Amino acid sequence: MKNQTKKVFSGGLGQLTIPLVAIALLVIFNLFRDPSFFSIGIMHNNDGNIVLSGNLISIINGASELAILAMGMTLVTAACGGQDISVGAAAAIAGSVFVKILKSMPSITGGTVVLAFISACIVAMLFGTFNGTLVAVFKIQPMIATLILYTCGRSIAYWINGGATPTVSSPIISGIGSFIPGIPIPTPVLIVVLAAILFRLLFHFTSLELFTQSVGINGSAARLNGINSTFIKLLSFIILGICVAIAGTIGVSRLGLINHETLLLDVEMDTILAVAIGGNNLGGGKFKIGGSILGAYVIQMLTITLYAMKVSSTDVKAYKAIVIILLVVIGSPVVKARVSKLMSQLRTAKAENLTKGAQ
Amino acid sequence: MKRFKALVLAATLVASMALTACGSGSGETASTASSSPSSGTIKVGVVNNPPSESGYREANVKDMEAVFSAANGYDLKTFYSLKNDEQLQAAQGFITEGVDYLLISAAETTGWDEVLRKAQEAGIKVYLFDRMIDVDESLYEAAVVSDMAKEGETAVNWLLGQDLSEYNVIHIQGAMGSDAQIGRTGALDEQFASGKMNKVVQQTATWDEAEAKKIVESVINSGEDFNVIYAENDGMAKGAVAALDEAGITHGVDGKVIVMGFDCNKWALRELLAGAWNYDGQCSPFQAQIISDLIKGNTTASSKKIINQEKGFDAKTITQADIDTYGLGE
Repeated sequence: MKNQTKKVFSGGLGQLTIPLVAIALLVIFNLFRDPSFFSIGIMHNNDGNIVLSGNLISIINGASELAILAMGMTLVTAACGGQDISVGAAAAIAGSVFVKILKSMPSITGGTVVLAFISACIVAMLFGTFNGTLVAVFKIQPMIATLILYTCGRSIAYWINGGATPTVSSPIISGIGSFIPGIPIPTPVLIVVLAAILFRLLFHFTSLELFTQSVGINGSAARLNGINSTFIKLLSFIILGICVAIAGTIGVSRLGLINHETLLLDVEMDTILAVAIGGNNLGGGKFKIGGSILGAYVIQMLTITLYAMKVSSTDVKAYKAIVIILLVVIGSPVVKARVSKLMSQLRTAKAENLTKGAQ
Repeated sequence: MKRFKALVLAATLVASMALTACGSGSGETASTASSSPSSGTIKVGVVNNPPSESGYREANVKDMEAVFSAANGYDLKTFYSLKNDEQLQAAQGFITEGVDYLLISAAETTGWDEVLRKAQEAGIKVYLFDRMIDVDESLYEAAVVSDMAKEGETAVNWLLGQDLSEYNVIHIQGAMGSDAQIGRTGALDEQFASGKMNKVVQQTATWDEAEAKKIVESVINSGEDFNVIYAENDGMAKGAVAALDEAGITHGVDGKVIVMGFDCNKWALRELLAGAWNYDGQCSPFQAQIISDLIKGNTTASSKKIINQEKGFDAKTITQADIDTYGLGE
């Protein structure tokens, strides 16, 4: 027991210390500012369904795309020691494909939505394979390799859309992006939970987690031990591709509209941040997907808090930057080492005092 | 092995550059609309931004092609680019080719002096459309442009005409500093300043639908009262409406909240027709007919700067015909 409390104080929650502390601070701050911030209401929406509402729901719901992308990004980060900066552009492509397929069908049914989603997945996985090949086979820095798709991705989405901002409206689409009749929790939240469970199962039944970590820590050592590091890296990008397709589909379904210019704009930076706040080493190696999910919620909570305070959205980015600098600096290895050194010094000093007192 | 790697790297680089080049949408698409111009046709060279730029530009380009058609007695040559220097070269090319009229929507306001002077020497008449250029007025016949501020005024006047007992407005702005944002914000800011309308919140969503939804959600969660949403484009209005729908707040004709958008996309106008929104304003992309009338001498320009009339649609009066004629996109 004593050992455990000690662990907590020296950042012993491990990786999750930073995101959990950040969430706790934000909660405390909001409770002081306005206790009603966290109130959850139950109301009828315009379709007559009973739904939950409130800032807490807005936060968890709004962070869904980010959380799903962060899960995939964690894997890529761990395996390749670098990040994919093309996720936003790729999600725009996936979303465009989703809408394109739906629009080419005579009517929108459950079957066509599944077909459209699978097509979006395939396309996103292909682009993931493209990025993955550049990184794993040609050993190009992930950020440089994905810069290509980052630059041209939204133009590709433009071609798919034919330059317009096509809209789709159907109860099924709003069921994915908003609420399923009878379920008061926003569907994107359920999708995040499902994705997290799938990742858990994947890690439970395969050795992917271990393999990814060993490739990330030392690729050649992993290869010498019989792990195909090229394949693991490629696989991480393909899995990220699926995450991208899910995020794109949610993004499109929220409004029933695809705007290739603005869909998940700048999400790549937030995604990388979520991974970083989650305490994952951006240089690869050990990782915790749960940390990244928490990181996504931290970012969204920060945004919603600032909106609730009526901070001008032009200034929101600046405030966000300040908080993030603090989080990242506090989470940096240098500060961590200093703090634990300080702690141990304090402890020895205390022990010395005690022994002195005894004499 | 090293050399092979270098080769592959080079190849990837080239490929990526080719990809990005395509991506910028600045492909040269000079084309002739009519393949066999007869002697009576009027040769028109149009230098414009590519239709990929926006829904506005797409409608603008389509309008130009429809009005300056062979059927109307025109021989149309077009060039689309986002880059000023490419546009300048194309204009030069049109002058050398010997067009009768040169129509320009410039990517940048500067650098056009010399080309326009050459056009004047060659006896080619120049019309500017959509965008002004920093040159002496004598170098062009007329400029048909939009007055962005007027667009906002039209919308705000419509809103004042609704005679609400009080105006509690959620104002969702476009990307700060863009022409459209400044024009659409100005008139509303005046109302806020005069105290006639009450600013519940004024935030920029930088044209992002999802961001607009979050902004409205935060207002709903705070429990503040509002009865007008003034979104500076259709997408953001749609985002705002999604937030209203989820919170069970009625909107549109006979609803609690008045919804206003801009751009007049066809899908947005259909929302108006269905009564789910109240107003949609437009920065008109249709300048071709005005220029054609000037060329053919049907009308004469009263001044060098012709302000294109802005449209605004009311959900109570809009018709399917309006949607077909003035709606952008599909």
